[in-house]
Amino acid sequence: MYAQMVKSEATNDDPERLAAFQARIDAGEKIEPKDWMPEGYRKTLIRQIGQHAHSEIVGQLPEGNWITRAPTLERKAILLAKVQDEAGHGLYLYCAAETLGVSRDELTEMLLDGRMKYSSIFNYPTLNWADIGAVGWLVDGAAIMNQVPLQRTSFGPYSRAMIRICKEESFHQRQGYDAIRKMAEGTPEQRRMAQDALNRLWFPSLMMFGPSDKDSVHSEQSMKWKIKMNTNDELRQKFVDQTVPQIEFLGLDLPDPGIKWNEERGHYDYTDPDWSEFYDVIKGNGPCNTDRLAARNKAWDDGKWVRDGLLAHARKKAAARVAAE
Amino acid sequence: MKNEWPLWEVFIRGQHGMSHRHVGSLHAPDAEMAIKNARDVYTRRNEGVSIWVVEARHIAASSPSDKGPLYEPSESKVYRHPTFFDIPDEVGAM
Amino acid sequence: MTRDEAFLQFLLRMGDNTLVLGHRVSEWCGHAPVLEEDIALANTALDLIGQTQMWLALAGEVQGEGKSADDLAFLRDAWDFRNVLLVEVPNGDFGRTLMRQFLFDAWHKLMLERLMNSSDERVAAIAAKAVKEVTYHVERSRDTVVGLGDGTEESHARMQEALDYLWPYVGELFAADAVDEAMVAAGIAPDPASLRADYDALVGAAMAEATLSLPKSDFAHKGGRNGRMHTEHLGHLLTQMQWLQRAYPGATW
Repeated sequence: MYAQMVKSEATNDDPERLAAFQARIDAGEKIEPKDWMPEGYRKTLIRQIGQHAHSEIVGQLPEGNWITRAPTLERKAILLAKVQDEAGHGLYLYCAAETLGVSRDELTEMLLDGRMKYSSIFNYPTLNWADIGAVGWLVDGAAIMNQVPLQRTSFGPYSRAMIRICKEESFHQRQGYDAIRKMAEGTPEQRRMAQDALNRLWFPSLMMFGPSDKDSVHSEQSMKWKIKMNTNDELRQKFVDQTVPQIEFLGLDLPDPGIKWNEERGHYDYTDPDWSEFYDVIKGNGPCNTDRLAARNKAWDDGKWVRDGLLAHARKKAAARVAAE
Repeated sequence: MKNEWPLWEVFIRGQHGMSHRHVGSLHAPDAEMAIKNARDVYTRRNEGVSIWVVEARHIAASSPSDKGPLYEPSESKVYRHPTFFDIPDEVGAM
Repeated sequence: MTRDEAFLQFLLRMGDNTLVLGHRVSEWCGHAPVLEEDIALANTALDLIGQTQMWLALAGEVQGEGKSADDLAFLRDAWDFRNVLLVEVPNGDFGRTLMRQFLFDAWHKLMLERLMNSSDERVAAIAAKAVKEVTYHVERSRDTVVGLGDGTEESHARMQEALDYLWPYVGELFAADAVDEAMVAAGIAPDPASLRADYDALVGAAMAEATLSLPKSDFAHKGGRNGRMHTEHLGHLLTQMQWLQRAYPGATW
């Protein structure tokens, strides 16, 4: 997901307060920034929301890669609006994290020097125009699986950010499917692009949900706190079940020979992604990790004089106003 | 000196006649730019007709631990609600 | 040159300006100095792309060869482009991009205000819609130019450098030729030269506030509006922009 493998932090708080806190969550109350909260809850949320925000920002890059090559004016506008939305979503999420006592600049620096992660999916390249369709359809589709339940998360600012994001994202997946459908129904070359995009992005999309969490104690704590709403396996299965008929509608070949309807389970069986590849990507060895971080670092470094300049001007104006009073 | 742009809270009037509602926050060097940024960030889908911004550090908030004393006393003032009063049907709408 | 030939040239000039500048601004997406600026630049680019669709659709209609806005955007070569050179120069740093934006926006707003009174209703309608967008563009780019000009020592120096680099491309916005004469005669568009005084006042005031000095020389690079000589940069922009349409002719996207 956009936040993968977020470890829940240990908490050493007074058991009575912890119990009262848990009771509030169990009763469906929202926790607001000024409320008392366990240190572990706060730290886990900062890491999770931060990682989610970073994913939106780094996620601008693979799609942004095609803005200048979009094949029609309308496709260019749609793609630009979509990538702009990702920046907006990153912004909302950073603001939610800021209510927990960390600043956006601090979070940004942790992304840039590698202390914080972003979703593995954005370390894969977009190589042909159909990738833009596939990213909207598969990657946003996978993200939505996770984000819809997160609207009910226990932390108020996070929940409100997710509500806004879900509302805005409703067009993202549809535009992606629309773009790839056009290609699946197009010339033989366009069909080839569509199939290539699906084949390349299928397993990385499944990896977005993170490794199986049956053994993870962290998931259990996060689910108790309602900052993780479903298990990784649940969501992955839901994604596969939803997507397979959509692939069939396009008339494309299934990207995994292991996909078969299992009457008994009432779900599609599928091949598990190669988790060693996933861990390589997480460790920094994905096809684009270096380039992605370099691009973010360059934007940040090149932008410093702009941020400083505009702030200096604002301070001068404020000083002049005070002097005039 | 730390050079992070200050944080602003954004309030938007969605339609004429409605009150401003808190929609989120953003960073900006000053109030003028905060309004412009709010226009670009929070009204991309035709959501607003008026924008207020206020620097986050200027917002005074009630303390969560005061929730009891602040809000519970009003719970017993049931006579402030119209449904407290029985008006016979024959009287008509009131 | 017939009236319609001149009209077509005029529409291509308007549409190519917004097409090429919209493309340049969209290059920033994901790379701006701060998220709020990233989002704002994308809004500007989106407005410009939308305006391009209107201008070039009308151009196709006037041309009468059944060409769509996309055909005109993606299937003409550099010599058929009619944008001013100002919009095709590379982005440079954020300061140069915003300086170029302001220098263009200021002209654009004055031009559109006049076009709202065009004798051609279609032109007047496009101008009426676009002028609202552009009024905001110029407010925003002006604020940024002023803020950076009168910011730190470094931001001031960079903005002065940007102004010095871009100023020689400003004159072309006001250079009138036979196309413009025909447009004036038909009541479709104003004489570009007639916008200059207002432009100088607008830009002059902003630069004074930004503590920047306008270059003394009024030398103007020209050749974009009539296609005689574009910069080397336009060809590279088009190779990128037109790649898919050129590589896979006849496909729909």
